[in-house]
Amino acid sequence: MGLIKEIFEKMKPTFSKGGKLGMLSSTFEAFESFVFVPDAVAKSKGSHIHDSIDLKRTMSVVIIALMPAMLFGMWNTGYQHFLSVGKDAGFVDMFFYGFLKVLPLIAVSYAVGLAIEFASAQIRGHEVNEGYLVTGMIIPLIMPVDVPLWILALSVIFAVIIGKEIFGGTGMNIWNPALLSRAFVFFAYPSKISGDKIWIAGLENAQNVADGFSGATPLSYAAANEIDKLPDTVDMFLGIIPGCIGETSTLAILLGAAILIFTGIASWKIMLSTVAGALFAGFLANMFGGTPYLEMPAWQHLIMGGFAFGAVFMATDPVTSSQTETGKWIYGFLIGIVAIIIRLFNPGFPEGMMMAILLMNTFAPLIDHCVIQSNVKKRLKRKSIL
Amino acid sequence: MSSNNGLKIFTAPFNNSNPVTVLVLGICSALAVTVKLQPAFVMAISVTVVTGFSNLIISFLRNTIPNSIRIIVQLLVIATLVILVNEILKAYVYDVSKQLSVYVGLIITNCILMGRLEAFALGNKPIPSFIDGIANGMGYGIILIIVAFIRELFGSGTVFGITIIPESWYVANGGFYLNNGLIILPPMALIILGCIIWLHRSVNKDLQEK
Repeated sequence: MGLIKEIFEKMKPTFSKGGKLGMLSSTFEAFESFVFVPDAVAKSKGSHIHDSIDLKRTMSVVIIALMPAMLFGMWNTGYQHFLSVGKDAGFVDMFFYGFLKVLPLIAVSYAVGLAIEFASAQIRGHEVNEGYLVTGMIIPLIMPVDVPLWILALSVIFAVIIGKEIFGGTGMNIWNPALLSRAFVFFAYPSKISGDKIWIAGLENAQNVADGFSGATPLSYAAANEIDKLPDTVDMFLGIIPGCIGETSTLAILLGAAILIFTGIASWKIMLSTVAGALFAGFLANMFGGTPYLEMPAWQHLIMGGFAFGAVFMATDPVTSSQTETGKWIYGFLIGIVAIIIRLFNPGFPEGMMMAILLMNTFAPLIDHCVIQSNVKKRLKRKSIL
Repeated sequence: MSSNNGLKIFTAPFNNSNPVTVLVLGICSALAVTVKLQPAFVMAISVTVVTGFSNLIISFLRNTIPNSIRIIVQLLVIATLVILVNEILKAYVYDVSKQLSVYVGLIITNCILMGRLEAFALGNKPIPSFIDGIANGMGYGIILIIVAFIRELFGSGTVFGITIIPESWYVANGGFYLNNGLIILPPMALIILGCIIWLHRSVNKDLQEK
């Protein structure tokens, strides 16, 4: 440790203001605080309580919470691939195949995103912060495994610059950057993120597909009103179905949710109300019925597609969700309702979670405003009565 | 009028008072007609002609128009010119006219026109007014053409209808490339326009708000 400290101390003057590489000072600082505790501490004047939970720790906990979904996604990528070519393979083969498929996506997402973060921090003279750590992990998990790397890179550039940096960087963005990158791919390159062929590694150009294997996701069966073709409920819950890398396994996502709720990082209110909203919309659809999809049990929506992933990891983004406690209930509930409505009634979008969250991100400040104003009114009324 | 002054009137709309990137006027049509370069180019010329001549005519009439009905007179002049342009387009470039559809007619409501008439033509002599109108039309047109160039190149792989991105790059022909579908949609035009404003302001420090 002493040696590393010495190296950093020696390099410090070069990178400080006025030094030879002064313009890279925030890059230096980022690496220094990555290795050591930051030098700067709050002054001992006045009274304050220091909470040990900072941005770095928050982000690390979310990364840990994402691990089950990511690891399961790697295995499932391999499993679905070997299923599609009709080959038998062991657990290790499946996992390793998926690992090699998913790793480049994660590497490209981090390399491109962090490069922009570092560059914009230098240009503005800000500190580099950890804002991209979670986004960079979520983006590959909500992409189909076969998405071309250059498209992934473009979507990351779009999300980080247009979605985050122009609003002022981490904590200032209106929309969830990870979802914005997915929306970018969805509208710019729809053939790479929708349909039946692209969810399974190597299926699009495959010659030797096993008999009877289709590669359609549960949602596309459902959207085509072929409810009887849906996979087993247990399979859907465990996530042994085609889909985006990290979204398939409700079980793995629930593990992540448990970590997030236990550590208090994400709001359980948003998760619960999102589920409640989806069930509410689902029950309404059940009541009126008409098509097999509308009559499908409402709870099945929760284990299909990206609903669980969105509710746990994306809707709860502390930056883009509602900040007031009442607002969180309303925000989550509306996400659930809108997501299910898009699923049921818009044939163009089999999955509604992305649109629902982005839409409610837009309205989150309005919800907060209304909640605060109604509180102000309530208190004024109480005062006038006294 | 000194020649120096005329030059200043002519160059201002290309930089410090560009109607689109600084005054943020005429955004609607800048989003609607910029999917391809050809209609954008025709639109740019049409707007330039209309702004130039409406400025000229209103400037000639400026001392005889009663102040209380000046807007209606301005509209009349603009509408006449727009109808003329529309008929000419229909006669000579029918395809482009069909692509531009209502947007030629909507030149009437283009804020740049009324803005220039109110701000310049009503208070200046005909020749400077004409220069101002033409220059503002061109300042608008140049932004239109930049946006359309980016949108056509990345959205359709062509420039003025000529294929630029090699056919063999496309996925359909065994390559890796795909046209960007988002760039064809109006939201992306707005984002491109925003990026141009961003670039313009970071080059020209006078425009940055404190």
